[in-house]
Amino acid sequence: MTDVVIAGIGQTPVGEHWEISLRDLALDAIQAAHKDSGGLKPQALFVSNMLAPNLSNQAHLGALIADYAGLTGIEAITVEAAGASGGAALRQAYLAIASGMVDVALIVGVEKFTDKVGPSVDAALSTTSDSDFEAVQGMTPTAQASLLMKRYMHEYQVPADGFAGFALTAHANGANNPHAMFRKAIKPETYAKAEMVSEPLNMFDIAPNADGAAAVVLTRRDLLPKDFSHPPVKIAGSASAADTLALHDRKDILYFDAAQLSAGKAMKQAGIILDQVNFFEYHDMFSIYAALQLEAVGFAIKGKGWKLAADGGIGLKGRIPSATMGGLKARGFAGGASGVYQAVEAATQLRGQAGANQIAGAKYGLIQSMGGPASTVVSHVLQGLN
Amino acid sequence: MEIPRHWRLKQQRYSLVGEVCPHCDNKIFPPRDVCPNCGGEAKELYTFSGKGEVYSFTTIYEAPSGFDANAPYTVALVKLEEGPMVTAQLTDLDNAPVEIGMPVEMVTRRMRNDGDERGLIVYGYKFRPAWNIPTK
Repeated sequence: MTDVVIAGIGQTPVGEHWEISLRDLALDAIQAAHKDSGGLKPQALFVSNMLAPNLSNQAHLGALIADYAGLTGIEAITVEAAGASGGAALRQAYLAIASGMVDVALIVGVEKFTDKVGPSVDAALSTTSDSDFEAVQGMTPTAQASLLMKRYMHEYQVPADGFAGFALTAHANGANNPHAMFRKAIKPETYAKAEMVSEPLNMFDIAPNADGAAAVVLTRRDLLPKDFSHPPVKIAGSASAADTLALHDRKDILYFDAAQLSAGKAMKQAGIILDQVNFFEYHDMFSIYAALQLEAVGFAIKGKGWKLAADGGIGLKGRIPSATMGGLKARGFAGGASGVYQAVEAATQLRGQAGANQIAGAKYGLIQSMGGPASTVVSHVLQGLN
Repeated sequence: MEIPRHWRLKQQRYSLVGEVCPHCDNKIFPPRDVCPNCGGEAKELYTFSGKGEVYSFTTIYEAPSGFDANAPYTVALVKLEEGPMVTAQLTDLDNAPVEIGMPVEMVTRRMRNDGDERGLIVYGYKFRPAWNIPTK
């Protein structure tokens, strides 16, 4: 099988784009990725989105975006797996290219949070959990993360500011990412004094919901022109795993099985071991999720993910640099686009174009796109081909 | 209006009716017809006692629409004495501190409303402190 490679990447800044619509956000990212790919013409479009039917009263994004981008005639569908939509779309495109049925695929992740505000956004987000047995109780994804964090802190005796390392790292890295929503480093005391949102979760433990779009062009390596302008980035491993939708149905709520399973399969396919991973883009929607992913993938032992972050282990010069362009926390959580942003950021690292945040000599990056509390986890190993 | 959706769950919402697996005796809530423990078919109904303890909890200040009139409220993972865990609001707390491990019991309460005075009112289970209730 010939290598599946990322030939083009594009992204919009993440933020509150009151003046830009869902379709215009998607178009911006598509045009950037198309240009970056040297003008490769896609045959299939995979749109990843989480909540447009609810937030913008707009379903059927495949046709909408294909039409708006001047791509009518191509195959186009939407891929939805809550917060994991981006990773799931990347995997669907990967499968299409790897199968040989499609030569060039375009993935665009897009989310338009600010079409609604306040309680209706929380209600929309709650539809990604078990509607009959979680959301009906007034449960929200944020409160769910609080329940996890509370139990985690209880079991492992984590100090009150134990999770500060995640926000500190994310904000330090976001400062150098021109597409990040928050571009300012924060101090430990800022974290310690932050307002509680849902105890023990404070505002710095939560990634901000925001608008954004990111796009990736995939093709097979042998289809790239000889004089292709970028070092290609190979998708060396791709895997997805589902767990129980409802948190209460887990045997052990403090272990993200699907994160372990999908990362293990993706690394096995890539033929690498954990020590060869140079950086990790986790789905830090909440700092507790980042900790549990570090543990499930194997970078930290159970109950010590927070300690790895607290001890500087996830910094750019740490044992496993994470959220290298700010992660969800500082770049911003653009819903179904998040997994595509991860791919764009990892490709930037592997091309050696990450500027001040460049991980020296990075060859392998692991990216993990997650829906709910690891109810869906899609993992990809990206490899720089220099 | 979502009347059939809530109506068909009335046994679960009002009486914690789940299932028991005839193969491995695992108690299941919410009902799912396939035993998560052994994978066998499990359709035999089983009514839970409604007694359990708080496994984890938090308070919601920013509530979704339909619930915002009741905010702040406390939600918990409740470990039922028969084994399964449920997500539920805690109620009747009267400012009593909540702790992990606190014994609680199921009660029926109003969950949400559609926000319109002729709208649907959904009732279901919540859990209250069971300090004075002797356990078997």
